Formats: sequence, structure tokens, C-alpha cells
Amino acid sequence: MVAAVKAKKRSGSGIFNTTWEPFIYLAPFLIGIIIFTLYPFFNIILISFKEGYRQMTGAFESYGLDNYIHILTDPYFINAIKNTAVYVVFVVPISTALSLFFANLLNQKIKGISLFQTAFFLPMVTSVTAIGLVWKLMFNDRIGVINAILGLFGVDPIGWLLDPSMNIWALIIYGIWNMMPFTIIILLSGLQNIDPLYYTAAKVDGASSRKQFFRITVPLLAPTIGLTCIINVISASKVFGELFPLFSGRPGTAYNLFTVVYYIYYEFNVSYHLGYAAAASVVLFLIVFAFTMLQLYVQRKWQYY
Amino acid sequence: MRIKVEHLTKRFTDTVAVDDFSMDFESGKLIALLGPSGCGKSTMLNMLAGILPVSDGHIYFDDDDVTDMPPQKRGVGLVFQNYALYPHMTVLENICFPLEIQKVNKNERIAKAKEMARLVHIDEYLDRKPKELSGGQQQRVAIARALIKNPRLLLLDEPLSNLDARLRLEMREEIRRIQQETKVTTIFVTHDQEEAMSISDSIVLMRSGVLMQEDIPQVLYDDPNHVFVASFLGNPPINNLDGYINDDGDFVLDDQSAVIRLNEKKGTKGEKVILGIRPEAITIGPDYNTKAEILERYTMGKEELANIKIGTAELRVYISRDQDCRKGDVIDLVLRDKGVFLFDKTTGKRL
Repeated sequence: MVAAVKAKKRSGSGIFNTTWEPFIYLAPFLIGIIIFTLYPFFNIILISFKEGYRQMTGAFESYGLDNYIHILTDPYFINAIKNTAVYVVFVVPISTALSLFFANLLNQKIKGISLFQTAFFLPMVTSVTAIGLVWKLMFNDRIGVINAILGLFGVDPIGWLLDPSMNIWALIIYGIWNMMPFTIIILLSGLQNIDPLYYTAAKVDGASSRKQFFRITVPLLAPTIGLTCIINVISASKVFGELFPLFSGRPGTAYNLFTVVYYIYYEFNVSYHLGYAAAASVVLFLIVFAFTMLQLYVQRKWQYY
Repeated sequence: MRIKVEHLTKRFTDTVAVDDFSMDFESGKLIALLGPSGCGKSTMLNMLAGILPVSDGHIYFDDDDVTDMPPQKRGVGLVFQNYALYPHMTVLENICFPLEIQKVNKNERIAKAKEMARLVHIDEYLDRKPKELSGGQQQRVAIARALIKNPRLLLLDEPLSNLDARLRLEMREEIRRIQQETKVTTIFVTHDQEEAMSISDSIVLMRSGVLMQEDIPQVLYDDPNHVFVASFLGNPPINNLDGYINDDGDFVLDDQSAVIRLNEKKGTKGEKVILGIRPEAITIGPDYNTKAEILERYTMGKEELANIKIGTAELRVYISRDQDCRKGDVIDLVLRDKGVFLFDKTTGKRL
């Protein structure tokens, strides 16, 4: 007994008996991450530089930039980047602004508010694909509810899913809607962390609700808004699940609505050009990475305490 | 500004927080709303500020009936217990905020804010964020923010409770100084009798939503109208003994273990009473006839406290340092005129 206590004292490694003991506990997680995340991550970077790569045999001709040169001169890939950028630029700010508006409404203390909260969060627990099929019906140019409503205001039927120039707007509208529940949840939790006393203080000073919203709510919520923006930019850059069901698996009516992830999927799964797909993945990674760094930098400037 | 409160009542679902409260608050004074927690003093303050709607009664600011007036129209400055400074704004922006809402032009409001900052001695920290200030400094900013719109009434909710002991002493003098410099009618809420006694012109003592007594601190201490008032004020607290009045008009402990001779024969024979004796209200001397035993002596610096026993009743009293008595001694004592009160046992009212 005494000896055991002494031995423990001597080892000096805190609560663990040996240095490798903690790794046993971490192993299930580490193994999963190594096999399913780290290995594919580095392997894809490697593959993206392999010229003439054959995925069945693993054979390749040489290392080089062929794959990158191909995709960066491929009009479909350029178009995919453009579409993805337009999607991100429209979806993230609009859905964040709308979410902020709705989160603020859902933060009121009124009867039956939990019913509304549930209603707003419901899309989170439904499948993107199933909802996508519903939106596909809603966007239908003849029987869709969206055109029916627009018709009430005298707007001629729009070929959301037929007219290639309208395709991206259909995707954006659906994307905005799809992103809102998650954003609302995060913003609502942020709102609930704001001490109601600030509003009381502002009210005593005569601040209107507008003033309270822009001078108190928004600045106090800025870190949370920044966080949702980062997460949403990343997830919007990877848009795919929203696109797939809308156009029955095709990227737009006339193959005009490639997104970066759809391009990766297409090169990998339809054309079997694994090298191109890998190179496109790396490009996507770099873009998302750059955005994230930029936003982290901006967000750090917002910190006030 | 004179504030008049008439039959003010606040009912919550199952409690009455403020019950039929009527009084006049004098203009230009520093007034303490004092009472134990849950006595309705904060509710009272919030009703004066207009944050809380009243259930019944009226509030008048001078001659205006402000009962149903929203807070921003009442012209009150409110300092919250935890200050509620906006964490994303600098000290200057915080102080400016009320004027920003009133759309005062920028140069003017900054000039005014700097003037306020000088008044509360915070002008060195204008560019700091509230998180970078000490509790006392935050308190100063909160006061400046409340004063910048020239309120007719300044309300402070437990202004010193979030400060440590040393800062508390400093800030209570500061509040006194700022109030005297600005002459603004000020009402502050506190549960600390010492705080209330030390700085206020007048104390409003409340219990369970009811006004117990309102007067200048010294009168409240020397002439309480109720056993609660006598017990709430003073540290060490007053000694309350239960007993009755005998044939000679003197006080007898309930278990008849001792008789205490009273200087003023106020009670009627056989009446059940509470005898309140302030710790400083006894004199020890050889020819006095109330016997007491010294249980313990404590040195407090210039004075000494002693626990003494009269009959079966234990009292805590001050004795002078040169008094030659030790633990276990039996002494003779007499009550002084001041600081001895008789209260009715059932109603608690002063006789």
C-alpha cells in the first residue's frame, strides 16, 4: 500500500500511470478520425497531383499539375465556382438577416411561443432531399404554389426549374429557407444570453425598439452572428444536397448550374476522373479555408470583452 | 422635485409587494428606502421609475400625475444594482447614450458627457470599456449616465451592494457629494441600515410593503415608533426583552427572574410589553439596583462590548474601558433616559 503510494508519487505524471495511457482512451476517436478524415484528406491532396491516375489500380504516370490545369481551364468548373460564389453571396447574408429578424420575434415572451419555436426548427429534423422534392413541386411553373402566389400580384408564371437563367434563383431561395432554422437556433441562444436589464436601461432612456435593436441587440450579438456566418459560408460553399433533388439529380436544366461540390461529384461518380475531382476538392478547401481565416480575423476585431 | 405617493399598491399574483403606501418625498434631498429583503423597496423604486406598472394609487412628480406615464417621459435617471453598462460601448459612449437617443448633436453630447465624467471623477477612463473598470468606477459611469439627461429624480437600486467594503465607504461618500453638488432629488434603495444612516437626509423604513417610519436618521434611531424600527437600526442591535409592567410601573421579565427599574413609567400595570435597550443605554455604578452578571467582554478599540445577563435575559451592551469588572462579576446598573423604549407586545407599537 505504502509502496504503491510512493510509486505513484515518483511517476509524477499526474493522474495517469504511463504516458501512453491517455491514448488508449482517445483511441476510438483517433482511429476514426485517422481513417475517415486525416487519411482521405492527405490522400486526396496526393491524388490531385497524380497525372493519369487510375483509381482501380492506383497506377499513375507522374506527379504534376495536369489536374489543376485541366479544371482551371474547364468552363464547367469556372461556372461551378461562379455559381457557388453567387449562391454564397446571396444565401448567407439574406438568410442571416432573416434569421436575425425571426430569432428576435421568437425571443418574445408571449403565449404559445414554444409552438412557433418548434415550427421554425422543424426543417432541421427533416431530410434535405425530402424537403427538396417538396420545393421542386412548389417551384413547378404550372401547379407550383410560388407561381400561384406571384400570380395573385399579376406576375406571369416563372419557369423556375425550366428556364436556365432562373435555375440559380430557385436554388438560392430554397437555400435561404434551408439555412434559416440552424441560424435561428444559434442566434436565439445568443439573444437569450443578453441581459434583459440592458433593454430596461435603454427603455428608461427612451430608446425605441428600433434603436434598441441596432444599438444593443446587434452589437451584443455580433460575435454570434460572426460565428453563424463562418459556419454558413462553409456549408453554403459545399452546396449540393439542395441542388440534387430540385433538378432530379442534374445540375440545372441545361447543365448550367454546376456547383463546386456537384462538379466534384460529377467528375468522380459520372466521368470517373478521380484526379480532377481531387484537384477540385483541394481548390474548394483552399477557398473555404481562406474565407474562414478572413472571418476569424474580422470576428476578432468584433470582440469587446 | 417633490414626489408625492398616494395609496400606492403593487400586487403580484399571490403577494402584495407594496401595500397602501402614502408619503411625500422632499425636494432636493437624498432619501434612503430601507428595509429587509422582500420588503418591497425595490418594487417601490421600479414603480417610481415607471418600469413596473402600479396596481393602485397615484404617483405625483410636483403636480404632474405620472402614474401611467412611461419611464422615458418621467425624467428619471436610474442606476441599476449591477449598473447595466453596455459592454460594447466605451465609457464615453455609455454616458452619451441617453443623449444619443434624444438626438442631441454629437459635439454637444460629448461635451456634456465629459462634464458628467468630471463630476463623477471618471474622466480619465473615457475610452475604456466597462469590463476594464473596477466596480466603483463602473458605478460612477452608471451614475454619470443617469445624470446626463438632467433627471428630475435620480434613483439608485442597491448602489453599494456590489462593492467590497472599502469601496463601499468611498462610494457612499461619493454619492453624497454628487447629490449635494447636483441638488437632484435622489432616492436610493438599501438593506444596510448603516449605509442609510450615514449618508441620507431622510430614511424611509419599510416592512412587508408597508411604510413603518420616515424621518431623519437620528430621529429614527432615537425615537422609533415601532419595535421593528428600533430593531432594524443600530449595530450592535438593540436588546429586546419580553416582560410585563408591575405595580410600581417597572419592568418584570416574563419568568420573573429580574425587575428592571424604568425612568419613565409609561406602561399600565400588568401590560405585556417589550423593553428595548440600546447597547449604549446603560450605566454601571455602585448604587444602582438592577443586578447583572458579566458573561464576556470584547475589546472594540475605544469601547468595549460585554454580554451581560439580567435574570435569565442576555444583553449586549457597551461598557467603558476603565470600568473595572471581569467575566463572572456581578455589577449594578441603571438605564439611561435615551435609548430605552417600551413597545406593546402584541402590536409592536411604541408606548
